[in-house]
Amino acid sequence: MDQHAATPPVTPEPLSRTPLHALHLELGGRMVPFAGYEMPVQYPAGIMTEHTHVRSACGLFDVSHMGQISLRHRSGSLHDAALALERLVPADIVALKPGRQRYALFTTPDGGISDDLMVAAEADQLFLVVNAGPKLADLAHLQQHLGAECEIALLADRALLALQGPGAEAALAALAPEVAAMRFMDFRRVSIDGQDCTVSRSGYTGEDGFEIGLPSAAAESIARRLLAQPGVLPIGLGARDSLRLEAGLCLYGSDLDTGTSPVEAALEWAIQKSRRFGGARGDGFIGAQRILTELENGAARRRVGLRPDGRAPLRAGAPLFLPDDPATPVGHVTSGAFGPTLQAPVAMGYVETALAQPGTVLLSELRGRPVSVTVSPTPFVPPTYKR
Amino acid sequence: MAEIRYTKDHEWVRLEEDGTATVGITDHAQEALGDIVFVELPATDRTVVEGESVAVVESVKAASDIYAPLAGKVVEINDLLTEDPSLVNRDPEDEAWFFRMELDDADAFESLMDEDAYKQFLETL
Repeated sequence: MDQHAATPPVTPEPLSRTPLHALHLELGGRMVPFAGYEMPVQYPAGIMTEHTHVRSACGLFDVSHMGQISLRHRSGSLHDAALALERLVPADIVALKPGRQRYALFTTPDGGISDDLMVAAEADQLFLVVNAGPKLADLAHLQQHLGAECEIALLADRALLALQGPGAEAALAALAPEVAAMRFMDFRRVSIDGQDCTVSRSGYTGEDGFEIGLPSAAAESIARRLLAQPGVLPIGLGARDSLRLEAGLCLYGSDLDTGTSPVEAALEWAIQKSRRFGGARGDGFIGAQRILTELENGAARRRVGLRPDGRAPLRAGAPLFLPDDPATPVGHVTSGAFGPTLQAPVAMGYVETALAQPGTVLLSELRGRPVSVTVSPTPFVPPTYKR
Repeated sequence: MAEIRYTKDHEWVRLEEDGTATVGITDHAQEALGDIVFVELPATDRTVVEGESVAVVESVKAASDIYAPLAGKVVEINDLLTEDPSLVNRDPEDEAWFFRMELDDADAFESLMDEDAYKQFLETL
């Protein structure tokens, strides 16, 4: 019984723990190494139950391993901070109003992606949430390019919770009634138990929900209060991954990396008009030449959703072929799992752009046998964001 | 009562009265694997050597091999698992058997761990 997929790489250094570590153990979390942290992959309910519970009720995730960063221009002006950050991301940050959040990408000089992130605007500063693995590299990148004019801080004394699912609004509103008025991608400061919390109406599951940044010292007591709300269960990283995959959301390091451009990744929507050729602030970000050229001309390959036939999941790395030429790969799978909502395997991967049309039938290989795979629109499960 | 032995790969092997051996995975194994969503079984009549990968279980997160505990020939597979893979989670040591095999060397069965030895082995993990 050797597991030969999806085991995270062994980290030589001792693993970090989030402020909720003791609570995870108390709740029976099965702890695994992930991005240098000891994290719960599942609780006793199991990944399948946890996944369907988030779709039907509400789940609480500890995502404190992710990086929370504040970015403030020394002038004290939000506009100046936004202009500065736009040098590193192709998203329109200047147009982001205080109280709103947007998805963005850090790009590399040759047009790749060095991380994906959320950017929220407050009255006088920006608030960033970046991935756990690259967070120190992101911080160094920000310091290197913006350190002269901006104060940049990794908020290491803060935890991050995600509360996701149709029951999330009721559960969080029990502690902070004002969150009920928030819409998808709204961001605000909220006091919970007298603690200064950041709340965004967003997440990584395709469901309505919130991400709550809060002081580490208060994380366990607020997590317990949320878990005490009707229908709220703790959810591990296993279900987080299958939920985001059904929602068609990318995982940095699997579906996106420094060798992948935003156009290849089908993330054109994260590059607003003002940042494109002819836009008010086009061409002013790292890697713009390749990325904006690809926006006009397309890229050679493209990220697509994939539905394998049968019940066996295709995993990352599985090759993709044309049905009549099983010798020449035309792409590969970058994420794959069993989708509990669909009760079927789902995957995403990259294929030659000519084959990216939904309905295109390709072939993959599973344990030496051919499997038919259909290119499919994403998300696989329609989102339920409160717009 | 049929005798049951165990392997370090967390499989159980039950010696039947007709001399065939029934193979499945232990409760410890299903617990460690988590929710099982797919089972791939060997072809009947397949000849296998000890330790050869003969079946695969896919949990939500990962694929795992099931090995032939002893050398022999697969004579029957449990089609129930193909229709309802979660049976492995619900009843791993009885209804969710994987396959039956004819053993090349019936005496080799004795070389596997008995229940006490397997329990001791689990405690070393």
